[in-house]
Amino acid sequence: MSTEPPAGGAPAPAVQLSAITKRFPGVVANSDVNITVRAGTVHAIVGENGAGKSTLMKILYGMQQPDEGTIAVNGAPVSFSSPADAIRAGIGMVHQHFMLADNLTVLENVVLGSEPRKGVALDFGTARARIAEISAAYGLGVDPDRLVDDLGVGERQRVEILKVLYRGARTLILDEPTAVLVPQEVDELFGNLRDLKAEGLTILFISHKLDEVLSVADDITVIRRGTTVASVSPEGVTARKLAELMVGSALPVPELRESTVTDDAVLTVSGLTVVGADGRTVLDNVSFTIHAGEVLGIAGVEGNGQAELVEALMGIRSCNTGRIVLSGRDITRATTRHRREAGIGYIPEDRHRQGLLLEAPLWENRILGHQTSAPNVRGPLLDRKGAKRDTERIVDEYDVRTPGIDVNASALSGGNQQKLIVGREMSGSPVLLIASHPTRGVDVGAQAAIWEHIRRARAEQLAVLLISADLDELIGMSDTLSVILRGRFVADHDPATVTPEQLGSAMTGAGRED
Amino acid sequence: MRNLTARSVLLGLAAPLGALVFAALVCGIILAATGNSPIDTVDAMATAAQRPRTLVNSLNSATVYYLAAVAVAIGFRMKLFNIGVDGQYRLAAMLSAALAGAAFMDNLPSFLRIALTIGVAMLVGAGWAGLAALLKVTRGVSEVISTIMLNAIATYLVSYLLNPARLAETTPGSNNIGTAKITEGGQVPGIEVSGSSTKVFGLVVLAAVVGFVYWFVLSRTKFGFELKATGLSESAAVASGVSVKKMVVISMLLSGAVAGLVGMPQLLGSSYTYSLDFPPGLGFVGIAVALLGRNHPVGMMVAALLWGFLDNAANALDISGVPREIVLIMQGVIVLSVVVAYELVRRYRVRAEQQAVGKALGRTKTLEEVSA
Repeated sequence: MSTEPPAGGAPAPAVQLSAITKRFPGVVANSDVNITVRAGTVHAIVGENGAGKSTLMKILYGMQQPDEGTIAVNGAPVSFSSPADAIRAGIGMVHQHFMLADNLTVLENVVLGSEPRKGVALDFGTARARIAEISAAYGLGVDPDRLVDDLGVGERQRVEILKVLYRGARTLILDEPTAVLVPQEVDELFGNLRDLKAEGLTILFISHKLDEVLSVADDITVIRRGTTVASVSPEGVTARKLAELMVGSALPVPELRESTVTDDAVLTVSGLTVVGADGRTVLDNVSFTIHAGEVLGIAGVEGNGQAELVEALMGIRSCNTGRIVLSGRDITRATTRHRREAGIGYIPEDRHRQGLLLEAPLWENRILGHQTSAPNVRGPLLDRKGAKRDTERIVDEYDVRTPGIDVNASALSGGNQQKLIVGREMSGSPVLLIASHPTRGVDVGAQAAIWEHIRRARAEQLAVLLISADLDELIGMSDTLSVILRGRFVADHDPATVTPEQLGSAMTGAGRED
Repeated sequence: MRNLTARSVLLGLAAPLGALVFAALVCGIILAATGNSPIDTVDAMATAAQRPRTLVNSLNSATVYYLAAVAVAIGFRMKLFNIGVDGQYRLAAMLSAALAGAAFMDNLPSFLRIALTIGVAMLVGAGWAGLAALLKVTRGVSEVISTIMLNAIATYLVSYLLNPARLAETTPGSNNIGTAKITEGGQVPGIEVSGSSTKVFGLVVLAAVVGFVYWFVLSRTKFGFELKATGLSESAAVASGVSVKKMVVISMLLSGAVAGLVGMPQLLGSSYTYSLDFPPGLGFVGIAVALLGRNHPVGMMVAALLWGFLDNAANALDISGVPREIVLIMQGVIVLSVVVAYELVRRYRVRAEQQAVGKALGRTKTLEEVSA
């Protein structure tokens, strides 16, 4: 695909979106969006959740048609009525959630849907050669004959990229590509992106992780409330400034005020060991204490036992040895229900899987996890009025933006769903809050609100176990910090003095400095 | 419950009505293609609908179908597929018929006899379903497989027991065999309807009570909430403190107990014996009715009535020369198209709701507005 030079002599932009407007009944998702993506660059598009990034990318990928405005690819105006048109014009998309069949090989996954044929038979030989060629040319390091099931997350993502390249894409749209990756994998991905760029490909990178954007992008466009508010270059801007452009106002910071830690132990865990279904020890002799008014932060690369720790504390997963004592009561063998009744609030890592009934109204979601306590039940009967009234209270106090409490949870944005969960788990005066990635995937406004609620609850003597991948959040919100590595607590840090870099190296087991 | 607006009511009716219209069209085409007049068929059905006897029979069929549908729906609500309602009701009807017909029962007061018969039927149904539940929670056996196999086992068990050497006797003057006839004290009297030679099953009341209890438990009790939550998201239910294994056992037992009731209206209101010609296959009709009625207590009632009417109108079609099999085709097409239609409406609803939320909120608030 050649770049056709326009009259001026400079190469035409790979993609130019002019005055794009998209209305849904009652909502304007995009209004007057203008973006120029230079060929051979990494162009980041940043914005809060719900700012209109996804709609814009769906328009560019032909999944939706704009009401107004034009799209030009390599200087020529185009009109896409389906993703097939976009692919034909050399635009490919790597979705946030991978679309791979686990039980097929890389080769089979890549050719799926555009199988090379020799007569009626499939021509795997040619395909294998092309995959190897593409993989080598862009340094993807993908083996065509491995089973996707055996691949890690980072490798799967490279297969997705390869799939798009195999179909001849010269412009790649990556939708929140780092959301699923651990830091090392992010570095690898960025290496791949630079290789792709060096080969003349153009990359559109959607994200709200600003540090990453700054490290990889050549140009940045900020979207707020459906429209482009700024185009900046990474040299002239800081992450903070970028975030302020995204929100349109000054930013909140995760920080605690004076210490509220008491001597009163709320949760004491001693010698907790959990063996996984495959016989691997996923938690190894973990011991810690959280006091009333204390936030214990746990840092670690994902998959080092955090999820298992949370599930063991909640009674979802049984522990092999060890003791869990909550407010002086041994709850090691207690059921999840009893633990919740004893005052544990739980903000799960994956709110769609564990935190909500998506196809149930908000007020029924208020009941979830609190089926045995007022104001939700009276004896064996549901107290529908009480639950509804209390849902109204949560919606009000926690600023859950919804037209009413009868809409299904699936209709709310991620941030609002999370605020509902936080509000619910803070209800009924819990003694311990287990917060697993409480601000993951929520917008900056909701993030600030959630931090504020945790701070306030801490001041009221709540004990909090905070697990997060956001190191600033961990350092800013914790009274005590522990690092978990391969199922063990390997180091303790003072959040007042530790830097994200020190924490980062402790998480990978590199630096055991202090 | 959602607020009842004209729009939501319309949306709720769109799927079943659309499916009905579509099924009618398909049947019309098939009739025309096979040289039968669709108009005559409609005419014959309309005439049938005016005969009190057909209506009474339809209501009686509907009573039985409704009970079967509720039994199926209890499982459906938590994504548990009790395909074994069929075996459960047959075994339950047979054993309770044997008990109700036994000589010693003659001395008991009528109310106690009937209550005992129904109670045993529920216990047997629950027990048979309980086997599948047990296999599921202890060994991880899919309830679909185990209940289907239990259906087959029930068939053989019933034919083993239905033998003059065991629980049955030969009916004098025929080669039918059945359990001893339940004497009058054990029967449930029917309700007379003028112009009809058949009576309405007295146990139509039982079906209504079961429907009410089903509605009440699901929408008003903690248990019902947990059952629905488990169906909507098992992982979320576990995190909320629900013991899924316990829920599987309890709901399977309940489903089986209601399945045990399925044979009762017929047994105590018309047959008075479990014999070789006791109606089979009601459990499968229950699945279709539960699907059509969307597991909703009122929806299933309407669906059961429709099913009952179609079945009984088939007889009238025979008389007017239209092949009665057209009813089976119609029922099949309704079930298939209703499943598709419900999914389409569901997707539309999700999208409409998200748009409504977007519309109501208009835009995102700024940080100052949030903290203000």
